[in-house]
Parts: sequence; structure tokens; C-alpha cells
Amino acid sequence: MKSDRMEVAHLMRRAGFGATPSELDTLTAEKTYDEIVDDLVNPERFDEVEQAFIERYIGGEPVAVYVAKWLYRMINTPRPLEEKMALFLHHIYPVAWGKSEHGPSIFRQIDTFRRVGLTDFRTILLELSKDPAMIFWLDNNENHKDEINENYGRELLELFSMGIGAYSEDDIKSASRAFTGWTFRQPLSLYPMGHHQAVFEFVPEDHDFGEKTFLGHTGNLDGGDIIDIIVDEAATARFISRHLYNFFVEDEAQVPSWSIEPPRNEDAIEQLATVFLESNGDMRAVLASLFKSPFFKNSVQRKKVKSPAELVAGVLKQTGEFRYPKPGMQNFAGASTVMGQNLLNPPTVEGWHTGHEWIDSGTLSERVNFAEKQFADPDKPGIKEILERVGGLGGDPEELVNNCLELMGGLRVSDETRRLLVDYTKDLNTISQSNGGDSDEKQVDVINLLQMIVSTVDYQFA
Amino acid sequence: MSTQQDDRVLVVVQMTGGNDFLNTVVPFTNEHYFDARKKIRINPDEVLPINDELGINQNAAPFKRLYDEGKMAIVQGVGYPNSNRSHFRGMDIWHTCEPDKVGLEGWLGQAIRELDPHAENVLTGVNIGRGLPRAMAVSGVPVTSVGDLEGYGVMTEVEQEDLRDRAVSMFRNIYGGAIGAGPTAEYIGKTGIDVLKGADLLGDVASKYESTVEYADNPIAKSLRDVARIHLAGLGARIFYTNHIGYDTHANEMAAHPKLMNDVSGAISDFLDDLDQHDASDNVTVLAFTEFGRRMRDNGSGTDHGSGGGAYLFGKPVEGGLYSEYPSLNPSEWEHGEDLRHMIDFRGIYGTVLEQWLSVEAAPIVKGHYEQIRPFKN
Repeated sequence: MKSDRMEVAHLMRRAGFGATPSELDTLTAEKTYDEIVDDLVNPERFDEVEQAFIERYIGGEPVAVYVAKWLYRMINTPRPLEEKMALFLHHIYPVAWGKSEHGPSIFRQIDTFRRVGLTDFRTILLELSKDPAMIFWLDNNENHKDEINENYGRELLELFSMGIGAYSEDDIKSASRAFTGWTFRQPLSLYPMGHHQAVFEFVPEDHDFGEKTFLGHTGNLDGGDIIDIIVDEAATARFISRHLYNFFVEDEAQVPSWSIEPPRNEDAIEQLATVFLESNGDMRAVLASLFKSPFFKNSVQRKKVKSPAELVAGVLKQTGEFRYPKPGMQNFAGASTVMGQNLLNPPTVEGWHTGHEWIDSGTLSERVNFAEKQFADPDKPGIKEILERVGGLGGDPEELVNNCLELMGGLRVSDETRRLLVDYTKDLNTISQSNGGDSDEKQVDVINLLQMIVSTVDYQFA
Repeated sequence: MSTQQDDRVLVVVQMTGGNDFLNTVVPFTNEHYFDARKKIRINPDEVLPINDELGINQNAAPFKRLYDEGKMAIVQGVGYPNSNRSHFRGMDIWHTCEPDKVGLEGWLGQAIRELDPHAENVLTGVNIGRGLPRAMAVSGVPVTSVGDLEGYGVMTEVEQEDLRDRAVSMFRNIYGGAIGAGPTAEYIGKTGIDVLKGADLLGDVASKYESTVEYADNPIAKSLRDVARIHLAGLGARIFYTNHIGYDTHANEMAAHPKLMNDVSGAISDFLDDLDQHDASDNVTVLAFTEFGRRMRDNGSGTDHGSGGGAYLFGKPVEGGLYSEYPSLNPSEWEHGEDLRHMIDFRGIYGTVLEQWLSVEAAPIVKGHYEQIRPFKN
């Protein structure tokens, strides 16, 4: 063993969507923890997930199809952090299909997030500002030389980079002026061609080339200059660090209260922000620092509520039903929606509220029933693998519970939950023996323990 | 809090996607209507007139019956200034009464908090459907979302009966055991226990219900039947919510809209008949709304997002008739040159229902004072 199984399992859950027992076998046998982190932040070391293959099996209504393809990637990508960063950027730069109803541009945006997520922050903001889906979402196509629309300029500063309090209303106006003329065009007409990907276009005649002052810098600033200035700001380093901490480490307060509420872990934010500034916003450096830190390794129990996407992808990864492309994936496109996360259709420009706000009686019963249902079939390859390795109900119940938890992705539960699961194992054994095992009815078995494990309070946490 | 049978109950039906008001309550003698609607129109011989100018789309014949019986109030031209044409944002605004910023608290969630301030009954608010509509979402206010009344609860996938009871009781122990384990775990634990409470209460609702009303086999009929079953079980539910999807008729409206009209009108009239049959009509009002109306001019195959829609109140307590005014169809008076104007603010309709029906102060919920109508008999 070159690395600790529980520690790697935790890393793979947060930096990706979990790991199967055999993936954990390989990782821990071949690599140290730090080597695994380095692999995660350098996705180009691994092949992309085979796309053409998926296309043949997933068809139907475009948005659901795209979400299904995305889920397939989350489950099967050899580059888990690349996919997790696409989800991260979708969380903090949320664009909803519901406004444009323009599928191709919305899908392309996620591809862009995938491509730039593990580069530097300047590239991320530049690509974001040129993204047709974002431009339409925040009306930058209505931001004209003689008629400023501040929507994008404002959110770029308030929600996308620095956070409230780090700039003035005049800075918003300057930023908005700098982004005039940043728009998109449709290469093909909607009728009769249908929806096609829009493309970024800079229209010089509609751009304000006048002098502007932004955060103390004066000159003929354009959008790129604004982004350069933003990336160098300490406020940006802290704001993005806090977002990363909230997404990967521990639930924070919701974004609007960040200007009032101090971070949960000031030292951690300071550490990440320092790396951010010293590396010119290199996301690989910041994330490597995050994953290798004690504060990350220790943030293991009941610190972060799983988002619905994490829950759905995590469960499907473990059950192994979609290790290879096959029909039916799009049936899962709506699974996270009923749990409160309609992928590609976030509620507002602020994105989803996270943490305990994912949970209400409706979403909780959806979460529990989804996980429990997915774990009901002993013939799914992932479940089969677990059942073959854990042994039967007859053995030591404590050992059985521990083995199950370890094989289901290195899960951690509270002592109280563990004690109750052991009790439950004993009950299962009693019921199983009294049933005699010869009726036609479905037999009580270890799989019932797996179903209980994915129904616990603890399983709601990442 | 009381769970008396005579407590007033509100049932909200969300017509999701933007119902075409012009083709629901049709201005069948108005030349501007036929000028604007070249193809997506309801012809004079396809309406059931309620006066010399307006007729109900004949596909919604049950509405005509309810209107004639004085049980249907039509609120004309409902909207708000600078109506937002995005479904999502539009619905959001309707759900939170916040047109200018992003609201976090749903209007009905706030009403539920007023009706049951100590959250004593997990069924004070009931959503029929999966997930929780934002209208009902307020942090700390328990609302039960029932996707499947027969199978509501947890551990429903455990097939073995002897095991299922054991599994549910283990779930209860694990979620109950999270009390004192940190605020988030404790909150999740409490929510899990709420689910079980709801499941206990709803457990035999389906089997106890008897009725000779035969609801149609479509989603909205099924949902309203569930509302009837839960309401008639006397569990203290005060606000029900359900949604009927499909109103976003950009294309093929003439094929899709008749079925929507047929389904929603049939479901609401069956629901009211069901209440009548159980002598339970006096304290139930239904409010049906949609996030916006549709464009004056059709696009040849359907209609695009517009403004100035309609809302409808139903039930025995309702004083049937027309409320507010039909928006002018004269092109010179169209909003932005293409839309119906709104004649009354939706927040006034909410205010009407909150104050006059549920006795809940409206201003803090709808954020201000808006013109109300008087659609209730007393």
C-alpha cells in the first residue's frame, strides 16, 4: 500500500464522484496520496472518456440527453477532477437553459468549463466573458457603446470574482463599458435551420474605446484588461478560495452573506489565497494545495452535504450499471432535478444554495429512495463486486459493516450510526435464518444492509 | 394549531409554461383577436359564450358548467409591470413575489408558517408532485411533497414485508440519533423524522377513500384526486399545491392546447364534484394560475411568451363571474407593441386569497399593498 485507502476514497469523492473498490485497490497499490493529487490536477495525463460511443446510446429530448451524457462522464471519466471542475464552474457561473432555451450554446458552455477548469483563472474569466450562453444570460448583447447594460459587469465583480465590498459602483460602470461590443452572432438562422451553437463576436463599432478608470487603473481598458486587473486582486484570490473551500472541503454560509460572515476556516482561505496570488491564479496549484492540506484530509465527517448531482453520480458509479454505454442513461437525467438540482437550469444567477439547503422532506425522501432503489439489484456489476468481497450475513456483524462501508467507497459514519448498522445486521441475520432460505420470496441478505447504508443521515454527506 | 374540518383550505394549481389566456377565455366577437391570431385561434363556433364578447374554449366545457353554476371566478389580465418572459424567472417571480431581486422565500411557504407557526403538522402544506416548488419553500417550514401517495415514505424499495417494518424503524433510529450531532446532521435527522411522520399520517389515506367520482386518467386529474383523498382524510392540510405541465405552446398549439384545456377543466370539476359528494365543499377554494400569457400575434404554429395572463378561482365559496378587466385588444394599446397589458397585479390576487380566504396578513408576503378583488361569498 502506497497510500491510505480511506484517505484516497475521501479524495476521490470530493475531487471526483467516488471510486469503485477495484479503482481504490489500484490507486492505493500504485501511488502515494500526493501522486494521486498530481494526477488529478493534470488531467491531460489521461485519455478523455470515449464520447462517440455514448452518442449511439443516448437520444431523445436534447437537454435531458446532454445531462445524461454529462452524468455518464462523471461516472466514467479517467479525469475526475476535470469533470468536477466543470460542475464547480456551473455552480458558481450558473447559466440556465430556461432563459435562452438554446441547447447547443448551453451544452457548449459546459464543454468550455471542462476545458478551462484546470487552467488559470484569467483564462477562465476570459472564456466566460466570451461565452455566448453567458453573454445572453446576463444581457451583455444588450450592452452597447451608447447604452450601457450593467448586468454582466456587475455580476462579474459581485458574484463571479471579487464579492461585494471590493469595488465601487463606478467600477461596475467602467467594467460594463469595457465589455461593450462583446456579443455573439448566430451563424445559421433559427428558421429553418434550428438551434445551432452561437459564436462570440467582438463588434468594434459598438465598443466604448474611451478612457475608463477601474480599481485605480486608468486607460483605454477593454474586457481583457478588466480581467487582468481582477485576477491580481487579493479580494479575488480570497473569494475564489472560499468558493473552492465551500465546494470541495466544507459547507460555508451562502454567498450573499460572505461580506458579513467570516469564513469557517480563515487559515485555510489565507493559504489558498496566497497560492492563488503567487501562481497568478493557477487553479492546478491552488487545488493541489487544497487537496494536500490537513484541513482537507480532516474534513471527513458530516462536513459537506452532497449535492444532488454528486449523490446521483456517486450512487451510479458504485452500482456500476453504466460502466459501459448502454440504453437507459437518460432516465437518470431527471433524478437530481427532483432532489432540487436541475442541471443546466440553475434557479438564478446566484446558483444553487448548497449545504443543508439541499435538504427538505421532499428532496430527502427522493435522495433516500433513489439510493435505496439503485442498490436493490444484486446483479449490477458494482453491487456484485461488493457482495462477493464482503462475505455473508453469518459472520461477525461488526466486521461485515466495516467491510461494506469500506467497499462502498470508503464511507465514514458516526459511531452511533455504525452501532445501529451492526444491530441491523444482526436483525437481518435472524430474519434470514427464520425464513429458511427455501421460499420463492426474495431473500433477506447483505444487499439489505447496503440499502440501509445508503439511506443513512451519514450518506447525505460527501 | 387546530385541525378542525372547517379550517379553510387553498388548493393551488400551477399551469406551467404560460397558458394562452386569449384562447381560454376567448374574445370571440373582437376583430383584433382574429386579426392577430391568423391561425392559432378559437373560432366563434368553437366557444361556449358567457356573454356577448367572451366565451370559454369549448375544450374546457367543464369550466363553462362551473361558470354557469357560479363556482368559477375568472380574473382577467393578471400580470405585473415589465413582465419577465423567461419561464424560470417568471415562475420565480410568481413564487416569491420579488420581481426585482432574487427572492428566497416562497409565498405559500410563508403562509404555511403563519398558519402553523410551531410547525406542528408536517401536512399543513402538501405538494402533490416530486421536488418542492419554490412557492412552498421556506427554510424551516416543513412541507410534505407527495410524489406517489400509495408509496409515500422511505425504504419503499424493500420488498420483504417483515423486513420493511424493521428497516423503517432502523431509519427512525438513525435519523432520530442524529439529534445533537451538529446542526446540519441534526437538521437532516429532523427532516427524516418529518418524512416518517408524513408517511404515518398518509399511510392509510388511499385505502380509506371512497368516491363514485371517476377522475380521468391524466396527470392533473390524478394529482387533484390525491388532493381530495388527503383533504378528505382530515389530516389538517391547509395548503395544497400541484402543477400541470405543458402550456408552453410555441409550436403545434392547436394540437396540444385542447387537451390541456380538457384535462385541467375536467380535473378541477371532478375535484369539486368529489368534494360535493363528501359534503366537503364549503371550505375549499382552488386557485389556478400561470406565469404569463402569450403573445398577441401567433407565429403560425403556436404562440410565443407574452404577458397579461389569467387566473381562476373555483369552489362553492367563490362568487362566480368576471373580475378585473379584459386587456384591450386594440394594437395601439398593446404593451411593447405585441403583448396584452396586465390589468391587475398578481400580488393583489395572492393578497385576496391570503387575507380574505386564509386570514393571513398579505403585505409582508407580497411585499406591499396591491389592489384586491372580492371573489368570496362572505
